[in-house]
Amino acid sequence: MSVQSEPTRGAGPEPTRGAVPLLQVEDLRVSFHTDDGVVHAVDGISYSVDSGRTLGIVGESGSGKSVSSLTTLGLTRSPRAQIEGRMLFDGRDLLTMEDDALRRVRGNDIAMIFQDPLSALHPFYKVGNQLMEAVLSHRDVSKQAARDRAIDLLELVGIPDPQRRVDAYPHEFSGGMRQRAMIAMALANEPKLLIADEPTTALDVTVQAQILALLEGLQRRLGMAIIIITHDLGVVAEIADEIAVMYAGRIVEHASAQQIFASPQHPYTWGLLKSIPRLDNPRGEELVPISGRPPSLINRPSGCHFHPRCPYVREAHKRIDPRLEPVPDDPGHEVACLLQPQVRGSIWRALQAGQTPAAARRLVEPAASAPVEATPLAEEAS
Amino acid sequence: MTATVTGERVAEPTSGTSIIEVRNLVKHFPITRGVIFQRQVGAVKAVDDVSFEVKRGETLGIVGETGCGKSTTARLIVRLLDPTSGQVLFEGEDIAKRKGDALRALHREMQMIFQDPYSSLNPRRRVGSIIAEPFVIHGLLKGEGERKRRVQELMDRVGLNPEHYNRYPHEFSGGQRQRIGVARAIALEPKVLVADEPVSALDVSIQAQVLNLLRDLQREMGLTLIFIAHDLSVVRHMCDRVAVMYLGSLVELASSDELYAHPRHPYTGALLSAVPVPEPPEQKRDRMLLSGDVPSPANPPKACRFHTRCPKAQELCSVEAPPLEHKDPSHEGLAACHFPLTEDEIRQRLPAALTR
Repeated sequence: MSVQSEPTRGAGPEPTRGAVPLLQVEDLRVSFHTDDGVVHAVDGISYSVDSGRTLGIVGESGSGKSVSSLTTLGLTRSPRAQIEGRMLFDGRDLLTMEDDALRRVRGNDIAMIFQDPLSALHPFYKVGNQLMEAVLSHRDVSKQAARDRAIDLLELVGIPDPQRRVDAYPHEFSGGMRQRAMIAMALANEPKLLIADEPTTALDVTVQAQILALLEGLQRRLGMAIIIITHDLGVVAEIADEIAVMYAGRIVEHASAQQIFASPQHPYTWGLLKSIPRLDNPRGEELVPISGRPPSLINRPSGCHFHPRCPYVREAHKRIDPRLEPVPDDPGHEVACLLQPQVRGSIWRALQAGQTPAAARRLVEPAASAPVEATPLAEEAS
Repeated sequence: MTATVTGERVAEPTSGTSIIEVRNLVKHFPITRGVIFQRQVGAVKAVDDVSFEVKRGETLGIVGETGCGKSTTARLIVRLLDPTSGQVLFEGEDIAKRKGDALRALHREMQMIFQDPYSSLNPRRRVGSIIAEPFVIHGLLKGEGERKRRVQELMDRVGLNPEHYNRYPHEFSGGQRQRIGVARAIALEPKVLVADEPVSALDVSIQAQVLNLLRDLQREMGLTLIFIAHDLSVVRHMCDRVAVMYLGSLVELASSDELYAHPRHPYTGALLSAVPVPEPPEQKRDRMLLSGDVPSPANPPKACRFHTRCPKAQELCSVEAPPLEHKDPSHEGLAACHFPLTEDEIRQRLPAALTR
């Protein structure tokens, strides 16, 4: 166990606000060299997360949301991967850390819950042994102590009859119980940062609600920071304090959960909000899909990466690459969009009033050139 | 030719009458022991005494947790599985008796869209031949040119580029593959389309494209749609009526408006309560969290199957199974519960937006 992390351990749940955040990511870039070309999986993202807080990262498959978090744990390191930027965790840069030092952090100070609990647990070993391994690899304790810890952990995450279940194999657990076992394993060493990659995607709503409540309760008790990665806006609404929306390897909008839902600024965020049926909307409401599909990360679109799918695109947007900039009069809200802030406000109000994106487009510029008609056929551009 | 057929169908003034009737449907999968001398030691009661009807032209949703028997029910309806007992009546006739040509004729009327667009398309066949397969099986449109034209019409209809006729499934994205599945399912202009979790494998931004397509097709072709999903928001959006299943039995059946605003069965209440609403709640609602997991369908609890997890369960619930019946004279819905939810309980536990 590293000496310098000792004093901060167990410092209590009070967030160290104002000081340096627990994890600070600056201009992270991750690209992979493949036979087909260079995949720009993560392209210059910055975010930070503090103890006791939850950051939600939202995006579709291929938006780079998982790669950014795997990089936190050094799991994307490979001869074919190029990783740039800084990732300061407790003042130390995770990107330049030696493998040995990183191994001491991984599973100890930073832990991860993976999406598919069946493939993340080894089918050959008892759940208890896998939990004990998580303890034994970071602490110098006896096997019996590790086993007791494993039982405590199973109890902590609400698995009934932990004394007996500790000797069960993963296949004897249901999906929800496996996910709980994964969470137990992640919590084995009371991490300061917990990364949950689609922790509830494979689960039923009832179990999802249980798992989210469990994570919230554990966060209150242990004061850890959580990064939750998901494509489900409902899940982040329930649990996240801050939300970063990712598209094609970049953060296109970043704000508090309230701001994202009250006044979303990016056309992609609008698309996500309008394309899912919601229990709190009138039943007959038409869904407005985002046309097309996520871009290839090898040949990314020019200019604003979202422009081929954006209903409000103008000629200039195909050339100019927007930067993530603060939204005027909305502190803490950042967006990467070339539309004027007033225009964005009026489009969102029009969409909320039930107008289609095609109708709302006239707000972009009354004399705009003929709109690029967004049809499902745009999806074919492959 | 196709235009006239669809035209006639829309004109049929028969909506409201039942097209499918499910009577006391039971499906048990045997659990066996032994390799050479197999003996049955039990049965997974996947569907246990389920009865409901599907009205012509409506969308009926079936929801429930994993393992509640919703997919098995769907497969029984299109007769991809044979029931252990009970009947499925399609236009008044029991489909279990159909064999050979008669069964094939049935499948012209009922088609299915599967959950996983990756495993439900043969990777070695070209898209054109996948969509043309129904014509081959049923010996329709024998002419090469005629068949190709029809397939391209279908591709165009579901929003695929007809020029991609000769591509393989791997060249398409998930959403497009699901469109291929839809094109294949509507090729024979069936009367009933059974969609088993058609969007759960798709990205959020693509889901709406497929949902809108299904809705448009239903309106145009006058289809009856049986829509199975575990996402309650999607079901509410798509369906006229919703059946809620728990451990192989039907616990509630009501119109969407009624079910989502006034759920009667505590299980429905728990499902709705668990749905995350994409807006941070101003005041957190009183979540009705179910504890534990669904019991094993091989050995379901006696009497009311939900009593082991039900917050309102009393002694009666473990003794006597509640019948599926009207719980409220002003509502049409049916629920199987001795102690249905009251309006006060509903207001406390459900997302505020639903009960407004």
